[in-house]
Amino acid sequence: MIPLSWYLILAAVLFVTGAAGVLLRRNVLIVLMSLELMLNSVTINLVAFGHGLQDLRGQIIAIFVIAITAAEVAVALAILVSLLRNNQTLEVDELTVLQG
Amino acid sequence: MEQGFFLLLAGVAVCSGLLVVLARNPIHSALALVACLVQIAALYILLGAPFLAVIQIFVYVGAVMVLFLFVIMMLDVRREAQARFLKGAPLPGLIVLAILAGELLVLLLQGARLQAVLGPVQPVTETPEVSKLSLLLFQDYLLPFEIASVILLVALVGAVVLARREEPETPADRKEPSRGAAR
Repeated sequence: MIPLSWYLILAAVLFVTGAAGVLLRRNVLIVLMSLELMLNSVTINLVAFGHGLQDLRGQIIAIFVIAITAAEVAVALAILVSLLRNNQTLEVDELTVLQG
Repeated sequence: MEQGFFLLLAGVAVCSGLLVVLARNPIHSALALVACLVQIAALYILLGAPFLAVIQIFVYVGAVMVLFLFVIMMLDVRREAQARFLKGAPLPGLIVLAILAGELLVLLLQGARLQAVLGPVQPVTETPEVSKLSLLLFQDYLLPFEIASVILLVALVGAVVLARREEPETPADRKEPSRGAAR
């Protein structure tokens, strides 16, 4: 029997790791991957609570998170490809197209 | 036994998660993320959610990460290999991270209160069946399910529109099928 808090600690560690990637890395692709890591850590929390409370709704929400993530990644990578085609950079510092 | 498995999977997941953030080459990051996602799928099996584990491997490892790898290999990433982190002192980011980590630590140390809210955790005897999950998904959560399918369709169309090349302006050129549209 694994205590619930172990899962929560693991999810917190992964979340902070992903947040570090989002905040500190320069490459947009790695920022997106770190975002995936953060989403996964949240999903671990959902499933762990669903397991602890014997409630299937945690798994349902996790399925929706996975589906929406697939959509998000498709659109994000399409935006990235078209952005790269226009100004040839992958660094978050230099992506200032929307800056007023 | 279970705890040993958990510690193994969690250790590999944390190490590969760190590798995602620290690796110099984006391809190494992507492969480390694949390893991390597979560990998390194994954790789902440990949590009695085998269907979710299969979904995780199919969708994340099979679709999302392959898409990432395609994009990484399609684009030129050699130039990016020189600098990993943001230019200048990333002090604001580090402060935000420290605050976030401290907050999560404090919340986790209050675990006794969480147990008080949850009530006594009874040991789980059997894993819930997938049929119950499907009944719940297709009865109570049918509307969100349909909305998710519409969102996927919109994302599909949006990705095709965003990633294709600009159409040429003159009408003579417009009649030719553009090569980029097939992507």
